[in-house]
Amino acid sequence: MKISQKDVEHVARLARLTVAPEELNTLTGQMDAILGYVDKLNELDTDGIEPMAHAVPISNAFREDEIRPAIGIERALQNAPVAEDGCFKVPKIIES
Amino acid sequence: MTFHDLTIQEIHQKLRSGELTSVKLTQDCLERIKATDGRLNAFITVCEDEALTAAAVADQQLAAGHEKLLTGIPVAVKDIFNTLDVRTTCASKILDNYVSPYDATTVTKLREQGAVIVGKLNMDEFAMGSSGENSAAGVVHNPWDTERVPGGSSSGSAAAVAAGQVVATLGTDTGGSVRQPASHCGVVGFKPTYGRVSRYGVVAFASSLDQVGPIAGNVEDCALMLGVIAGYDPADSTSVDCPVPDYLKNLKTGVAGKKIGLPKEYFIAGLDPDIKKAVDAAIATYRKLGAEIIEVSLPHTDYSVACYYLIAMAEASSNLARYDGVRFGMRQDTGEGLIGMYQQTRTAGFGDEVKRRIMLGTYALSSGYYDAYYLKAQKVRTLIREDFRTVFEQVDLLLTPVAPTPAFKIGKMVDDPLQMYLSDIFTIPTNLAGTCAMSLPCGFSGEGLPIGLQLIGKPFAEAEILQAAYAFEQATDWSDRAPGL
Repeated sequence: MKISQKDVEHVARLARLTVAPEELNTLTGQMDAILGYVDKLNELDTDGIEPMAHAVPISNAFREDEIRPAIGIERALQNAPVAEDGCFKVPKIIES
Repeated sequence: MTFHDLTIQEIHQKLRSGELTSVKLTQDCLERIKATDGRLNAFITVCEDEALTAAAVADQQLAAGHEKLLTGIPVAVKDIFNTLDVRTTCASKILDNYVSPYDATTVTKLREQGAVIVGKLNMDEFAMGSSGENSAAGVVHNPWDTERVPGGSSSGSAAAVAAGQVVATLGTDTGGSVRQPASHCGVVGFKPTYGRVSRYGVVAFASSLDQVGPIAGNVEDCALMLGVIAGYDPADSTSVDCPVPDYLKNLKTGVAGKKIGLPKEYFIAGLDPDIKKAVDAAIATYRKLGAEIIEVSLPHTDYSVACYYLIAMAEASSNLARYDGVRFGMRQDTGEGLIGMYQQTRTAGFGDEVKRRIMLGTYALSSGYYDAYYLKAQKVRTLIREDFRTVFEQVDLLLTPVAPTPAFKIGKMVDDPLQMYLSDIFTIPTNLAGTCAMSLPCGFSGEGLPIGLQLIGKPFAEAEILQAAYAFEQATDWSDRAPGL
């Protein structure tokens, strides 16, 4: 096994997802099969090979620091699940 | 249909002469959608009022002699493109209520050229899928056989063109999501070189692989659409500032003297016999047209699926972290704090395949596994890119099948994600290498299902692919057939 049910539950917490107990077995099996398959990359010796992050060799794409029109508060908030006083509203973060 | 056998330029002649109006053409499309979409489910949102308004404006422009490349032409875009004041759902429950506050750059370019945007097309959720079955808006059906998948993830984009619902569409291609559905639906689809087309306003799946591409009924329309959307965009730092040629201008150049490579790794045992037959016939056609056919090798092909899924899933897990119920999309919250709200929202909002990929991507990026999975895949990606670089020193183009089988039955692979991933074997390597490729019809299976031919070109050599595709299309009649819906 590449991955255990405990690992899957840990990854779910990192990904901010909940795996229902009845789904855990199937999901673990599917993830294990996929991780087993991708293991074939280890057949290749990649010592000294540069990793490729992007297809186009762009390192920094700078532009002039000029003031340009922005989307505006109203537009930015139009899809907010909850907004108040021009801000996104979220559940309480810091416990008192 | 009024336009099905016509190119965009031929429709324009009729619009100019007054034989046809954009309003009439748009009404025809809307009626065709009403008549066929109950069986296809290609559209998520139809913008009837907006389309008819835009068509009326186009007719005024035409009357005034102000014609642009797409004036009055009904098109549609995958529901992954932001379109001002219209819903953009990515076929996900988590974005079900999301209304775009701006246009994607490619959508702006369509509008600037006078296109009439008829609606938003169904897809695999967040572009993750190869069949059109992973959609919160329901499964998409293939116009040639509604019991089969249309391919994915730009499922509706291909099905809508094949069914004559609109003239042309935009899709996105991360690992074959334009080419494979185009192949399964018997239409023409193009994946441009990474950086050729702006990604601004296109919901991100895997940012180092995603690219926007057109789908059309013929090569000429595909070339025209590509010319409209291509070009540098200051709003996309990965778009490349290099000149965009006039893709229509030298379309009839032909392939005489061109060297076309056949990568032997793509002609493996297990390739569907109907596909092998159709592709072999295409090779013979190219020989007759004066091309030189050369067998070549892309030795790391067999590693591309593993490499691709690791990179795509890792990037997806990062990109999809933004769906947290704070700034947009749905929120589910039963008062268990901020983390609880994130978990409830994401668990209820994402579909199974999206969750599976986020999980795998998170795992591949997590502490202790990063080097073994993500970094390893990035190194293998370099080897795959070098394969292409070497081969393009020997040949001008590569010719391959698009998919190992024709469109499969709906439901056949839903329980076996790995099997589904392996069906992308011929399209994935071009995304990893960052180069350009096209799918065009080259035959039909014994069961009457379309078969696609893939042409792969050097980076930024889109024009060369289009010329070769045009020569093939003129020499054959595969693109002339339409499904009997």
